[in-house]
Amino acid sequence: MENTIGGFFLKFDFIKNAIASGSSAIGFDLTMLFYIMMFLVGAVAITALLATVGGLGTYAERKISADIQARIGPNRVGPFGILQFLADGIKMMTKEDIMPSGADKFLFYLAPFLCIFGVFSTFAVIPFSEGLQLTNLDIGIFYLIAIASLVGVGIFLGGYASNSKWSLLGGMRGAAQIISYEIPVTISIMSIVLLSGTLSFTEVINMQSGFPHNWFIFHNPFTFIGFFVLFIAGLAETNRAPFDLPEAESELVSGYHTEYTGIRFGLFALAEYIEIFVVSGVSVSLFLGGYNLPGHFLHGTLGAQPLQFAIFMGKTFFLYYVVIWIRWTFPRLRADHLMTICWKYLTPIAIFNLIGCAFWMVLFNGKSFYDLLMH
Amino acid sequence: MSNQALEVFMPISIMMGIAVLLFIGALLAAKFLSPFKPNKNKNMPYECGEEPVGTAWSMFNVRFYVVGLIFIIFDVESVLMFPVAVIFKKMVSLGLGSYVLIIFLSFVFILISGIAYCWKKGDLDWVKSYTKTSIRDAE
Repeated sequence: MENTIGGFFLKFDFIKNAIASGSSAIGFDLTMLFYIMMFLVGAVAITALLATVGGLGTYAERKISADIQARIGPNRVGPFGILQFLADGIKMMTKEDIMPSGADKFLFYLAPFLCIFGVFSTFAVIPFSEGLQLTNLDIGIFYLIAIASLVGVGIFLGGYASNSKWSLLGGMRGAAQIISYEIPVTISIMSIVLLSGTLSFTEVINMQSGFPHNWFIFHNPFTFIGFFVLFIAGLAETNRAPFDLPEAESELVSGYHTEYTGIRFGLFALAEYIEIFVVSGVSVSLFLGGYNLPGHFLHGTLGAQPLQFAIFMGKTFFLYYVVIWIRWTFPRLRADHLMTICWKYLTPIAIFNLIGCAFWMVLFNGKSFYDLLMH
Repeated sequence: MSNQALEVFMPISIMMGIAVLLFIGALLAAKFLSPFKPNKNKNMPYECGEEPVGTAWSMFNVRFYVVGLIFIIFDVESVLMFPVAVIFKKMVSLGLGSYVLIIFLSFVFILISGIAYCWKKGDLDWVKSYTKTSIRDAE
């Protein structure tokens, strides 16, 4: 109970008192209702935030790419073109939704649903701040790895169900790429689990602090490499350039979503942009200190929540910017190079990091590099 | 309602429910806003303007299947390694660190020998030359 968003707010006396007086006035216990209300409000708030992040992500992508290529980018809709994503959304809504002849109807509808479903479900455990985390599962990290895999199923089904050769090729490539890169991601995350001894996001974050020397990325040399392994493999899992082979527009037209039009294409795009946010957010939570303020400033108070939220979002958006930066700077990989990087470089490096972290735990009793230098 | 149901299943199912509602809502809104005038040419699968030959569900490279197999082995092994990783810190604090480390390493060794075997067999190369080994074997 205490580990949910409702439990966090019930720690404060004035909320507890308000609920107690409300319960006595009405005649039955409002605590349960409060929990349900908090879940609903939190979920709706996160969804609204995600839709905005996804929309602004497309805007940021176009604006940053324009900046990198010395263009202006969208500048007509609203100030600096910032309302461009709304215009895009309305355009997608009003476009015809075409079902190609011979397509597998049920799977064709199911594919974008699985993408959206997989991405949104991860946000039940991602910690934006101490309070704004729907629930702090004991196996939160494990749950996230498991449920995020649904996106790969959606991409594969989208390619398979379309009855188009481009789509099938894109879907097959996507499935192979996503499942391959899941291995380095899982093993890199496992090395953090090994160091922290927990699968709960909140506990992993509380072991770090606001200052960089306590972040897990600087814990030991192995986690420093592990962060980059996780980030590169996460980039590949979101099908972003330079790993955008499933939708390689110069070879496969548009890959797995060639036959998707209108709103269902929009949902695929939304899922992709939110997934970048998920990958950045997980990297921030596990390696870069998460929402922690320097020196646990105001830890556990209501006033710290906006600050923690801002810190988390700031770090996440920095990684988001790096992802977009990488996309517009590096050329696409070849399919065999992609598999070589995953299986012959990233996976052995990730296993090496895991063994290194295990030895570090035994030899130095889990102390960080900084602790060893100082004491 | 038990404590666990409230803490574990309810927030997740609410988040999932909102994802379902968002999907259905978006599709419904698009249904009312968008035109719907299908015709034969419009519904044809896109093949750069050519008329498609046959269905798309043709044969494809067997490499994808091999990658899937390797993935399943690694995935199951990493799932089995998670519990060990979680209790590792506790074991170290109890003074059993080297004991657990040996067990952990022997488990990781199985994983490494698996990837080494696949590497040697050439299953990690995307473009595998089947002819090279088979001719040598025949001789």
